[in-house]
Amino acid sequence: MTAIPHETTKARRTAGIPFLLKTAFINALIALVLFSLMIGIRTEAGSDGQLTYWTRFGDLASIVAAVFGGSIVIELLRQWIGPTGAEKLVPPSVQSGMSFIGRYVAPALLIFTLLVPVIFYDQRYILDLAILVLTYVMLGWGLNVVVGLAGLLDLGYVAFYAVGAYSYALLATNFGWSFWVCLPLAGILAAFWGMLLGFPVLRLRGDYLAIVTLAFGEIIRLVIINWQSLTGGPNGVSGIPRPTFFGIPLDNSDDGLAAKLGIEYSPTHRIVFLFYLILALALLTNWVTIRLRRLPIGRAWEALREDEVACRALGINTTTTKLTAFATGAMFGGFAGAFFATRQGFISPESFTFQESALVLAIVVLGGMGSQLGVALAALAMIGGFELFRSLETYRMLVFGMAMVLIMIWRPRGLIGHRAPTVYLTKANAISSDLVKEGHG
Amino acid sequence: MSGEPILSVDRLTMRFGGIVAVQDLSFAAERKKITALIGPNGAGKTTVFNCITGFYKPSGGSIRLAHDDGKVIALERLNDFRIAKQAKVARTFQNIRLFPGMTALENLMVAQHNALMRASGLTFLGLIGVPSYRTAEKRAIELATEWLKRVNLLDRADDAAGNFAYGDQRRLEIARAMCTEPALLCLDEPAAGLNARESAGLSELLLSIRNELGTSILLIEHDMSVVMEISDHIVVMDHGLKIAQGTPREVRDDPKVIAAYLGTDEEEAAAVMESGS
Repeated sequence: MTAIPHETTKARRTAGIPFLLKTAFINALIALVLFSLMIGIRTEAGSDGQLTYWTRFGDLASIVAAVFGGSIVIELLRQWIGPTGAEKLVPPSVQSGMSFIGRYVAPALLIFTLLVPVIFYDQRYILDLAILVLTYVMLGWGLNVVVGLAGLLDLGYVAFYAVGAYSYALLATNFGWSFWVCLPLAGILAAFWGMLLGFPVLRLRGDYLAIVTLAFGEIIRLVIINWQSLTGGPNGVSGIPRPTFFGIPLDNSDDGLAAKLGIEYSPTHRIVFLFYLILALALLTNWVTIRLRRLPIGRAWEALREDEVACRALGINTTTTKLTAFATGAMFGGFAGAFFATRQGFISPESFTFQESALVLAIVVLGGMGSQLGVALAALAMIGGFELFRSLETYRMLVFGMAMVLIMIWRPRGLIGHRAPTVYLTKANAISSDLVKEGHG
Repeated sequence: MSGEPILSVDRLTMRFGGIVAVQDLSFAAERKKITALIGPNGAGKTTVFNCITGFYKPSGGSIRLAHDDGKVIALERLNDFRIAKQAKVARTFQNIRLFPGMTALENLMVAQHNALMRASGLTFLGLIGVPSYRTAEKRAIELATEWLKRVNLLDRADDAAGNFAYGDQRRLEIARAMCTEPALLCLDEPAAGLNARESAGLSELLLSIRNELGTSILLIEHDMSVVMEISDHIVVMDHGLKIAQGTPREVRDDPKVIAAYLGTDEEEAAAVMESGS
């Protein structure tokens, strides 16, 4: 049964030269229309203000020719090495091979991550970058609960990150509470705000849900900017205490950790400590999420993403299910926010713009909605990749954007294109993302 | 009508703006029996279903469900998920609503959400992995396995429900509804799209649910061979009104029923007559 459509799609895809030429011709025509004004005619203001222009038909012709040739090459590549948009063309052997590799990627990545401070002890830049990547891994995992599992599109996730950061910053600077007391409080407060957001959006779906969550993110930011007496407004909060090793400060003083251990003090100690702190927080997020997925609440989240009406018919309280998803995701965002505040020592509303929400959402979508490993890889690719292109300077965004578009064309359902079942009788078969719904958002 | 009813619908009315979809409908479904609700397309059957299962709030009338222990629940006052949770009414849908990206086993586990939620101490005890939750989960898997066996899908337990053939999806949806351990099972056109062999299998499954488990069944069905074979009691609707009720034999010979079917769809009327001969 599967063989027949397979053959026909293949036959259609390897359509001959006329098809190739037709595609290339259409692409060249589009390029001609697009670039005729952009490249074909050059205008400039003359010496006394009049408009001068001249034509550059040679450049135009070479661009169109490049598009023509390029589309033939791309089409040939598509036909020979695939895969095209349809993921069904990937044979099952390759898919099972992928999941086999997937089983070892995660532990290997974890061991490597644990060793990062050992390997790169002298390279402050790499350690800082690793901390940044891990922060986004944690944010991605947190948002994954809301977007990937429960299928609720949240464009205002940065709000919870901000709540967590300001909770710690204000509690620590005003009352002098320690990081370890404030961390759970930041999580609880963020979860509380997650529930508050949850209530008005319970009845909303799709675009409307996205708009309200987007607005919520902006509201939090604007409140922070305008509530000057509490938050310091645009000036932010500074002098946020650095984290301590359970009460022992990591500084050059006599009761510092270095002095107590009898080793020479180095500022890298604090960076390494921060690295392991965020790693522990991220792994906690991951562990809790993996456990929750196998509990009834996690299955209810996924069922909600698949079909809300069926959930109600099975007696699942969709209200509390949605609220718990929002609250759980927000709580992890709050933890990450508290970490961000203690790492930076200074926070201001500028760190919590919509761009952050969009970045975290892009990580979740790129990773493959619902996949923990995918989110981690996507965070590495997005944050690490962005740094990788630093040498390209002004073209960085362009190259990065193109890379994103290419990845989404080749793997439309994210880097990890399958879902692992939460319970099985004989064998845990990976489920192709083609069957998995994306939820109401 | 003999025996004590599990479901009594009394003067049920449902209006959508100016349109009266169901008017003053009264009927009862007996305990441990199969009651069928039939009628031409647009007669208001699915509307009645949606009122009973809480997806619509009736404009008027009452719907009473009597549990085995004598507790009577007014369904029109409960909303949405509480009908499934508290009144133990399970339903299937005319257009199948499985969780396509989850395995068959997961689908049946989701159906046991409320029981498992209690066992997991609202997640907190489950998160730290207390043994009582683990035994509860094992029991839930056993119940799911039993139902997969009953609907003949045990070998596909770990496959995604969305990959199942149409007939298998229908059976899995019934199994999922039964995993909620309902007092009343409401089936909306379970035989739609099934071939003759699959329909016969479905009849067998429904009869076994009634005979072995004693679950009361209310079903909407167009396939008269199924309706006539398994129903204990039939209610016929047309244009939102009840036009007849009785045993399959009584309904089959009722001139009003024949007229209703003849007046709308000759093929369906012929089907009614044919299955009677």
